[in-house]
Amino acid sequence: MPMNCAIIGSGNIGTDLMIKILRLSEELEVKMLVGIDPESDGLARAGRMGVETTHKGIDGLVNSPLFEGIDILFDATSAKAHLHHAPILKEHGKRSIDLTPAAVGPYVVPVANLTEHLDAPNVNMVTCGGQATIPILWAVSCVAPVIYGEIVASIASKSAGPGTRANIDEFTETTARGIEEIGGARKGNAIIILNPAEPPLIMRDTVYAFCENGDEKEITESIDETVARVAEYVPGYRVLKDPIFDEQKIAMPDFGEYHGLKVTCLLEVEGAGHYLPKYAGNLDIMTSAALQVGEVMARYMQKEVVDN
Amino acid sequence: MSSRLIINDVTLRDGMHAVAHQYSLEQMQAIARKLDEAGIPIIEVTHGDGLSGSSFNYGFPAHSDLEYIRAVKEVVMQAKVAALLLPGIGTIEEMKEAHKAGVDTIRVATHCTEANIAAQHIETARDMGFDTVGFLMMAHMIPTPQLLEQAKLIESYGAQCVYITDSAGALLMDETRERVRAFKNELGCEVGFHNHNNLGLGVANTVIAVEEGADRVDASLAGMGAGAGNCPLEVLVAVLQRMEIETEVELYPLIDGADQIVRPLQQRPVQTDGNALMLGYAGVYSSFLLHTERASKRFGVDSRDVLIELGRRKMVGGQEDMIVDVALDLLKQETSAEAD
Repeated sequence: MPMNCAIIGSGNIGTDLMIKILRLSEELEVKMLVGIDPESDGLARAGRMGVETTHKGIDGLVNSPLFEGIDILFDATSAKAHLHHAPILKEHGKRSIDLTPAAVGPYVVPVANLTEHLDAPNVNMVTCGGQATIPILWAVSCVAPVIYGEIVASIASKSAGPGTRANIDEFTETTARGIEEIGGARKGNAIIILNPAEPPLIMRDTVYAFCENGDEKEITESIDETVARVAEYVPGYRVLKDPIFDEQKIAMPDFGEYHGLKVTCLLEVEGAGHYLPKYAGNLDIMTSAALQVGEVMARYMQKEVVDN
Repeated sequence: MSSRLIINDVTLRDGMHAVAHQYSLEQMQAIARKLDEAGIPIIEVTHGDGLSGSSFNYGFPAHSDLEYIRAVKEVVMQAKVAALLLPGIGTIEEMKEAHKAGVDTIRVATHCTEANIAAQHIETARDMGFDTVGFLMMAHMIPTPQLLEQAKLIESYGAQCVYITDSAGALLMDETRERVRAFKNELGCEVGFHNHNNLGLGVANTVIAVEEGADRVDASLAGMGAGAGNCPLEVLVAVLQRMEIETEVELYPLIDGADQIVRPLQQRPVQTDGNALMLGYAGVYSSFLLHTERASKRFGVDSRDVLIELGRRKMVGGQEDMIVDVALDLLKQETSAEAD
């Protein structure tokens, strides 16, 4: 028996996630898509696909007869909206998977730390750039101590929605924290670039991991293994070049001087093209990772039910 | 022509690119003293890529932005101090710290099509009392009407000045004139112009901007800046004096600063040589120059080919990471061609 879920937010992310669950999931059944705009394409799409909808936001969801039977909520609205939704959902004993930068619950990057947070009532999906790059830093951290981690995420302008644009600092700040907390770097730094080229460019990410020391072969193997595991839930996720190694000294103001090994990793994330165009790998990796969290969480919750 | 032309010096910001962000505090102070003595109204002091540019991608500086800013604030008597901020690299948090350190002018820079990622920064900067400037980079990449639309957005967020920023030094003379004229006709706020000397038009295009009524223009001592450098300040001032355009700036301290302090600091001459020329020719962000030369040496590929390919791929400011990617692709092509 699949677990029941609903998605709050009928924009690009919420709609893509709905289609992914309908097409791919064995563990989840989408009961409702929650929006605030009755004219939105997402709600219309849901209607055509046989998914119940409300355009009355969180109130419409809570007052729906379907609400009681729903176990997991995906929130694809905004940080501000999620701060309002989170306590309501918690009060009703629902699990939240938060795709906004609100960070009410712990950060989760499935390949790295999902199993640590299966009991958390609310988990946060960091950022698109975080989902793409933190796995690499985590992979390096598994075999070598990472002093400093830095990422550059380049996304197509067309794939950056109004929410991202209005609050771009949230991306850099949240991703940098994720690099430290999950990626294992003592200091994290994140950069995002919007490129308007036509045709739009596929999401690109560059990861720099600076280690105290490390074995090049071990690091490469750890990265390859991790990339393969991420690709299981994000099929368009790939490294484009072998990792580049530079032994060097760095001096960072306010952080110190170190001698170590710099690892450079060049990645690409191509979307699955479900609801969003293939170049928007940044959006696809968010919905794919959230789906993975939902699936694993659903399996875990069912097991709990059986065990008790 | 506008009332008084404001010259915004960038020796201590764009010039950071030319020394891989390694000025000492003493060097910055010596340069700032000369600029201040000459009467330059605004001196920009930041990592070449703006606040928080310190990174593998752009280079780690010798000192933090705040150390540089405080050092310059200590020695200037009349000049205002500016800082650059690129949303996506630096944040409002760093802007606040810069404000506390005494920065008067904040210049918020985005790629020329992405003005709306700066709305929050510009609005906050105005609330904090900054002299607030919007900086539309790589302005050669889109036609004037589109550029103007973006400029109107910047103005609507509250910026007091919008810059046409020719980051690739790729604008031709008519293209410069058309852009400045359109901005002056359609905007209520001030209009600024920043360029690079990659096609040898550093002074010429800046003079055109002034003729068309630009309120602010950027320049640096001995052209110290990314690529072939910026419009050389001492040359610009000499030309403007010959044109009898009032800047209230003295020429000799600038010539002394350029010849005695700045030029001796150039480890790689800042000039329109082959690679720098290719930036303007291919329309590539000027600060890619040193990174490209390093990648060319490391992977054994022709830096001119790398720059042309970066231009073809339409890379924008900040995508320095793509230089290594392109170099590796070219290397692979060469290797497979040899194998055939």
